[in-house]
Amino acid sequence: MTDLPLIGDYSTPTTELSGARIGVVTFPGTLDDRDAARGVRMAGGEAVALWHADEDLQGVDAVVIPGGFSYGDYLRAGAIARFAPMMDRIIDAANSDAKLPVLGICNGFQILTEAHLLPGSMVKNDHLKFICRDQILRVENNTTAWTNQFAAGQEISIPLKNQDGQYVADEKVLDELEAEGRVVFRYVGWNPNGSRRDIAGISNAAGNVVGLMPHPEHAVEAGYGPDHTGTDGLGFFTSVLTQLVGGTK
Amino acid sequence: MSAEVAEKEFNIDTVDNAAASPDVELPWAELGLKQNEFEEIVKILGRRPTAAELAMYSVMWSEHCSYKSTKNHLRQFGQKVTEEMKKDLMVGIGENAGVTDLGDGWAVTFKIESHNSPSFVEPYQGAATGIGGIVRDIISMGARPVAVMDPLRFGAIDHPDSQRVVHGVVSGIGGYGNSLGLPNIGGETVFDPIYQGNPLVNALAVGTLRHEDLRLANASGVGNKVVLFGARTGGDGIGGASVLASESFDDTKPSKRPAVQVGDPFAEKVLIECCLELFKNSLVEGIQDLGAAGISCATSELASNGEGGMRVELTDVLLRDPTLTPGEILMSESQERMMAVVTPENVAAFEAVMAKWNVEYSWLGEVTDDDRLIITWNGEVIVDVDPKTVAHDGPVYDRPYARPEWQDALQADTFRGSVNAAILPSTGDELKAAVLELIASPNMCSKNWITDQYDRYVGGNTALSSPDDAGVVRVDEESGLGVAIATDANGRYTYLDPYAGAQLALAESYRNVATSGAVPAAVSDCLNYGSPEDSDVMWQLAEGIRGLSDACMELGVPVTGGNVSLYNQTGDKAIHPTPVVATLGKFDDVARRTPSGWRPDADGQAIYLLGETYDELDGSEFANLRGHLGGLPPKVDLAKERLLGELLINASRDGMIDAAHDLSEGGLAAALNEMVLRYGVGARVALDDLCERDGIDAFTALFSESQARAVVAVPRSEEVRFNDMVGARGYAVTRLGVVDAESGALEVQGQFTATIDELREAHEGTLPKYFG
Repeated sequence: MTDLPLIGDYSTPTTELSGARIGVVTFPGTLDDRDAARGVRMAGGEAVALWHADEDLQGVDAVVIPGGFSYGDYLRAGAIARFAPMMDRIIDAANSDAKLPVLGICNGFQILTEAHLLPGSMVKNDHLKFICRDQILRVENNTTAWTNQFAAGQEISIPLKNQDGQYVADEKVLDELEAEGRVVFRYVGWNPNGSRRDIAGISNAAGNVVGLMPHPEHAVEAGYGPDHTGTDGLGFFTSVLTQLVGGTK
Repeated sequence: MSAEVAEKEFNIDTVDNAAASPDVELPWAELGLKQNEFEEIVKILGRRPTAAELAMYSVMWSEHCSYKSTKNHLRQFGQKVTEEMKKDLMVGIGENAGVTDLGDGWAVTFKIESHNSPSFVEPYQGAATGIGGIVRDIISMGARPVAVMDPLRFGAIDHPDSQRVVHGVVSGIGGYGNSLGLPNIGGETVFDPIYQGNPLVNALAVGTLRHEDLRLANASGVGNKVVLFGARTGGDGIGGASVLASESFDDTKPSKRPAVQVGDPFAEKVLIECCLELFKNSLVEGIQDLGAAGISCATSELASNGEGGMRVELTDVLLRDPTLTPGEILMSESQERMMAVVTPENVAAFEAVMAKWNVEYSWLGEVTDDDRLIITWNGEVIVDVDPKTVAHDGPVYDRPYARPEWQDALQADTFRGSVNAAILPSTGDELKAAVLELIASPNMCSKNWITDQYDRYVGGNTALSSPDDAGVVRVDEESGLGVAIATDANGRYTYLDPYAGAQLALAESYRNVATSGAVPAAVSDCLNYGSPEDSDVMWQLAEGIRGLSDACMELGVPVTGGNVSLYNQTGDKAIHPTPVVATLGKFDDVARRTPSGWRPDADGQAIYLLGETYDELDGSEFANLRGHLGGLPPKVDLAKERLLGELLINASRDGMIDAAHDLSEGGLAAALNEMVLRYGVGARVALDDLCERDGIDAFTALFSESQARAVVAVPRSEEVRFNDMVGARGYAVTRLGVVDAESGALEVQGQFTATIDELREAHEGTLPKYFG
């Protein structure tokens, strides 16, 4: 594992990372696309805007599906966005031999479950309210494309903000996720939405597709993250950039 | 039902018909017009109005749209302005929102509005569409909305109806604002039985733009096209227009529900992005949002602010309900709609942007070379008016006002003269109990239960947000250029002294902005009062406007826009006059903002109190806890506020302070508690020097609400420099104690020690206890 690059210090290994191109998808109703693009840039990558209605992945090396309320989430979170032409391309690329790294954040996680890239689903928070807070997570799997720069068991603090954040799946699926090490993040201290087994994020079997409810892109810059200091979210973006240039794993 | 069928059902009242049938009875009284107002309309037109014209005039000449009771007083905001105050003002009062220059080619626009009455009738949608409406005002200036804030007033916390109103309003604000991707960066929440049937739901939005993107609401350029885009027009928010059902032959049409508009935040989010793309490509000449009075307002304002007239075909409006009559279409307040003026060359490009964002639109007409606003229905003229008479020449009233007879008795009833004076806390244990009681009280308790339901992170530019003194947002990521905003009002102060109370609202929001480190630059106000037809209330209003405009002049901050909300009363019982004042401040670099509490690494820093403390408990939160309201509010000293502001801004700029919190409601007791709880770091303070210098006891030191005060944390290395600066300006300062990261408590030496757990339990338990 390489050292975590510091903000503003891109000497090594990030001189190579700057060549990596990360797509950020925008649907009607997407809210955190600019934040996700900032996270990519802060980590040293190049952010590429992808429009939901287009069919061209523009040769990106990885994709972030950011948070928001795609199509208003009036039907079921992510249910309509999943049918966008861009999603077809992302599904194909994620399942291909090239194993395109895909990160779904909040509404992006919901879209990935609707697209069956990830199992389970999100329902309304058990307390029935929208909740915005600084949330502590434990990194349960640091071998995925998006977590390889964290230490196993590391606790990180990033913002959580959602209405439909309660992760549910049947017991068999949950047992499988646990057994295969695909529970990537767990809530620590307090389960903010009633998610089964305190699950905050999961991955697919290959580890290239990761979804989570909390928002790493809101914790990439000192002054604007949790308590205005936290930058724990940066590790998601440096992880994928590091993997893309063959820095680790 | 097809449009064809609908057509046949209307008895269209054309201009020709109106001219030929002067004696037809019209329901002007039911539409809220007074007889003299109706006669004025007949005089302007030289004939009776058509049903559609009557609908337009009635809604545009309403108190809400015409400011007819306050216009004569509001003028002071435009008159009491110096050249210096105008220096950075790009757009002043009268447009959708004021615009202030930020430097580096950036500008900022902000405005606060009320959505009080709808939020009582239907709390969720009322509050939601309050956000929607103010955000569209910001978009129409050519700006990208970047944040919202919500000052709220509810009835008693334990009143059964507060469950309905509080849950509805908070989830409405969250449900709409969160879906727009706008961080909610602050506001305030007050509970008082005086607002029981009249909760106040004010909404503020702020937006940023490059100078060249500034857009105004005017229709110019003969032959330019007029387009309506966004959501379809439905029967929501029509209100009084239903009495125009005489336009219809039968009553089998869908009912005109709901009277409160229903919001669709997804449609608004798409509209924001779509408008910003229009601005970026310079595809619109003029733009106006549709809010109160819908198409009536948009067409008459666009036409009267431009150079020519406008001709519009009303059957081209896309409808959700095809049975709507022309009058109803003109009055509908359906949300998420915009009207724009587009040159013929840009029509195709405009349509391409609509197609990209899947936004519906319809071309309604064009700008003409005469000065008339002509609206047709299938080619037949149903409105033919001078748009200025609709939009700007409404009635103006000099409502009688007089100082209420009861005002003297109210001001003579001081807290110290009341029965409460005999049982004030004085021992350490009593003071501790009083502090815990104060910080747990509905007004002083933590509002996290509310603000945690709002997204404060989206956009990645929020540098400070509730519970800090001001919300701070970065505008330019390269330079760190940014803005701070705080909203404040104290209805009890304003009830005791309407002139001083309005000034105190400004003083506090100004102080909050300066405490965060920003330079106050502009003001927007939302004046919430009772009925202007009551001479007592009208006096409160006249005094409030006079007080606020005088204070703005003295502090050098211009009012750039706002809103007046009247008739906030049930029967004869008016709310406390509540002038909510929003002050906007500028930062060259938001990195130097000052948070409202000290962090663990501030251990050992010195805690100072700036300003003097007098025996000022009348109207205070402590008096409120004891059920007392009388006397005079704290003294206003704007020269001191200005000086304090300069000290706080300089201290922030030069890195002399690491934390600052203004003193306002709840006084020093509330401020120390909030600073300790901000990051959970304790402090040791002593009140002896303060009490000796100001001639007060410990109780007064903790609970007085004297103005022009702030608590700051100063690193040891900066103490000499800080004291030199404050001393050179002759400002009162006293060292209270030190930050203590080890103690886990707030210790008031010689009086009491309260652990952080005790403080937190008291402060944060209240709202969850009532609202779950």
